[in-house]
This record gives sequence, C-alpha cells and structure tokens, in this order.
Amino acid sequence: MTNWERFLDTFFNGKVLARYWPDIAYGALITIELALLVVVTGIGAGLALALLRSVGIRPVNWAIVFVVDLFRALPPLVIIVLIYFGLPSIDVSPSGFVSTWLALAFVLMAFSEEIFWAGITAVAKGQWEAARSTGLTFGQTLINVVLPQAIRLTIPPLTNRTIAITKGTALGSVVAVTEILGQASSAVSNSYNPSPLMLGAAAYIIMFLPVVVLGRWVETRFAWKR
Amino acid sequence: MSSKPIVEARGIHKHFGAVHVLKGVDLRVAERELVFIIGPSGSGKSTLLRCLNRLEAPSSGSVVVDGIDMLDPKTDINHARQRIGMVFQSFNLYPHMTALGNVTLALRKVAGKSRTEAEAIGRAALDRVGLADRAEHTPGQLSGGQQQRVAIARAIALEPRVMLFDEPTSALDPELVGSVLEVMRSLRESGMTMVVVSHEMGFARAAADRVVFMDHGQIVEQGAPAEIFEAPKEERTRAFIGQIQRH
Ligand SMILES: Nc1ncnc2c1ncn2[C@@H]1O[C@H](COP(=O)(O)OP(=O)(O)O)[C@@H](O)[C@H]1O
Ligand SMILES: [Mg+2]
Repeated sequence: MTNWERFLDTFFNGKVLARYWPDIAYGALITIELALLVVVTGIGAGLALALLRSVGIRPVNWAIVFVVDLFRALPPLVIIVLIYFGLPSIDVSPSGFVSTWLALAFVLMAFSEEIFWAGITAVAKGQWEAARSTGLTFGQTLINVVLPQAIRLTIPPLTNRTIAITKGTALGSVVAVTEILGQASSAVSNSYNPSPLMLGAAAYIIMFLPVVVLGRWVETRFAWKR
Repeated sequence: MSSKPIVEARGIHKHFGAVHVLKGVDLRVAERELVFIIGPSGSGKSTLLRCLNRLEAPSSGSVVVDGIDMLDPKTDINHARQRIGMVFQSFNLYPHMTALGNVTLALRKVAGKSRTEAEAIGRAALDRVGLADRAEHTPGQLSGGQQQRVAIARAIALEPRVMLFDEPTSALDPELVGSVLEVMRSLRESGMTMVVVSHEMGFARAAADRVVFMDHGQIVEQGAPAEIFEAPKEERTRAFIGQIQRH
C-alpha cells in the first residue's frame, strides 16, 4: 500500500462510509432540529429582553444586564454541563438534547439582546421625538419607527453571532446528544476508523456553508443605505 | 390680544439637573397668530417649544393648548399631541418609509383612519407642500428642502390647531430655504396658528405678527416685527439684531 492508499483507507474508507452514513444523516437531522430551536427561541428571547430594556425600568434593566453578562461570560459547554448534571440535584432532569438547547438558547439570547439593544440605541433620538410629537405612543414608536431601523443595523452582527452559536450544537455530543458529532464519534469507536468524522465534517459543511454564504449576502443586502 | 389663545404657557421653568434653562417664561399665542422667536444659541428656544407639546416636561408652570391642560397627568398626551404639529431642524423623517408612509403613519395609528382614508389625506397633505409626485419616494431620494416639506405634510395631515417650527431651514442649503418658507407662508395664509423659531428675518418681517426675543431662558422683549427689528428697547435685543443683520 502506498502512503496515499493508506491515507484513503484511513480517512475515506468506503466500507465504513457506506456502513455509517445513515447514522450521520440521522445526526444531521438532530443537529438541524436543535439549531432551529436554538435560533428561534434564542433570538426571540433576546429581542423580547431588548424591548423590555427599552422601557427603561431601572431594576429590570439591571437584572437584564446581569443575566446577559452572565451568559456572555460563561463558556457554552459549562452551561450545558451545569444544566445537564446540575439540575438533577434539584429533581429536574433535562435530557442532553434539552440541556444543549437551553444552554445555547440562553447564550444566543444574551448576545442577541446586546445586538438588538445596540441597534435600538443607535436610532437617532429625533426619530422618537418626531413620532411622539405626532401622538404615537411609546410602544407604537418602538414597533413602527425604531425597531425596523434597528433591525437593519442588527442583521449583519446577528447573522454572524447566530452562525457561531448554532455551531455549538456539536457540544451536545458531550451530554450524549445524537447530533452529527456524537453520531460520528460513536461510529469511529465502533469501526476503529476515523472515516465517519470526515462524513461529519462534510455534513457540517453542507449545512453551514449555505448559511454562511446567505449571511454574507444578507450583510451586503442590508448594509445601511440612506 | 382679543381672540382666544390657542397656546397659553405661564411661568415655565425648566431645569436640566443643575442647569436652569427656562426661567419663568410666559407665552400666549392667539388663534391664527404667527409668533416668531429669536435669540442666541442656548437661550432656551427649543426647550420652550418642546415644553409646549410636553416632549420636555417643564419643572413648573402651566401649559394649556386649545383648552387642554398639557401638564395634567390625566390628559391623554398622545391624543393632545395630534393637535400640535412639530417640525424639526433635522427633519426627522422615517428613513425606512416612503414620503406617503411618513405622512400616513400617525393618521392610521393615532387618528385611527383606515389605510385608504389615510392615503387620501396623506396625498392631499403632500399636494399642499407641492410634493404630490414624490409620494412613493423615500427620504434618501429627496433633497433636504423636499424632506422638510414632507415633514411639514406629516404634521399638517393631522389637522393640528397649532404648528411649532424649530429652526426649520437651518439645516438646508441656501438655495433650498425658499421652497420651505414658501410652504410656511401658504400655511400662514390658510390661517394656521404658528410658533416659529428661526433666523430667517426676512420671513419674520413679511409673515410674523409678533417677534419674541429670548436670552438666557427669559423673554427679554417682544413686539411687532418692525418694533423689534427697527427700534428695540433693550440693549441685548439691539446687540443680537445687529449681530444677525451683519450676516
Ligand atoms: N436634554 C438636555 N439635557 C441637558 N441640557 C439641555 C438639554 N436640552 C437643552 N439643554 C441645555 O439647555 C440650554 C438651552 O438649550 P436650547 O433650548 O436647545 O437652546 P436654543 O434652542 O435656544 O439654542 C442649553 O444650554 C442646552 O445645553
Ligand atoms: Mg434650538
């Protein structure tokens, strides 16, 4: 066997690939499910917190800032482990899937709250004044005038952050989530061959490359034009 | 002043922290009157206007507009503000909406008009400022003068009882000032009650009923334009007028 054949046999072993690709495909489904849940709940909660913060009730805002800073400071893996291994001590036993979802959603919530908040505060004060002077309420101004402008400013950083955090679904493998990396690792130990990892990498590329490209497009599309 | 006042502000004081910005200002504006406010930068002209529609809450004093006590906590301030149009130096159009969208937003959300009704009113308002053909343009596609006229249309569409103008032409290139003043003049001719903060002395001479000179948070002197510009009684007024006319 030449080196090249040995390389192919090790990393792209046809028999192993054929045997394990359905497992990886199943893992990809779990990853997609997890990622969608994280994105929808994380961004939704982040937006809700940013809107609540704009109401400007001091103690509420302190609480929001504290929670946001906390989740931005903790490594996501630590949060996953805390939820998965820590909560059972108070008689709540979330599955690995739920633990990973919650942890990543909290992190995305924290970062997206900061991004939305920055967007809201970047909208000129004159926009508020013009709208309020015509009799629009605080809430009507926020929803109809400020938020649409804030979201345009928000989309590029939010896209990048969302991609970064959803890739963290791979951390679920640590708490036995059968997502791509988890499936690939068990396939590697069962087959004594690293080829399934290549399949896993391919699955990530197939899933995330379009998202990254889309993010790039969105970034140019929503660049602030006046 | 014989006719009933639309705006009656009494004893307005405003503090920003330790800074005493308005020191007991009284301002009465009669129906159909155009009051022109002049004064050095920082004298409190904008703050006074903003106290009239409670964009700024006075520290003390009373403001009654069209019979509504603006400072009474029981007053529905959002409803009351419909009656007070405001035009800003920096236009403050909503950049993500068309001209028509800018004009119709409050008509729909505050005045409760249907979209069709609001668009009919909105187009009529844009027509009054000479921009009927720009209804679908966004602010970014309009000149400064056109943007300010859309801002005026946005305010008059709500049929206010009084219009407040805070240096409406100060941000404009000189060649665009005329078109905005023209709209203000026609508004005046239609009988609109107006309070105008501006440095456009020519407009004041031609259109104002009364000129008010403010300095350091107080009204120093007021009177007919000819009186204030030609024969001011106070030294501070004279100095300020002299300064302006040299430009
Ligand atoms: N929101 C604010 N906070 C603190 N100080 C303010 C605020 N608005 C205005 N001021 C101060 O009040 C004074 C009067 O301002 P302003 O009413 O804008 O004057 P003018 O319009 O005559 O130039 C200025 O000294 C200004 O710095
Ligand atoms: Mg001013």
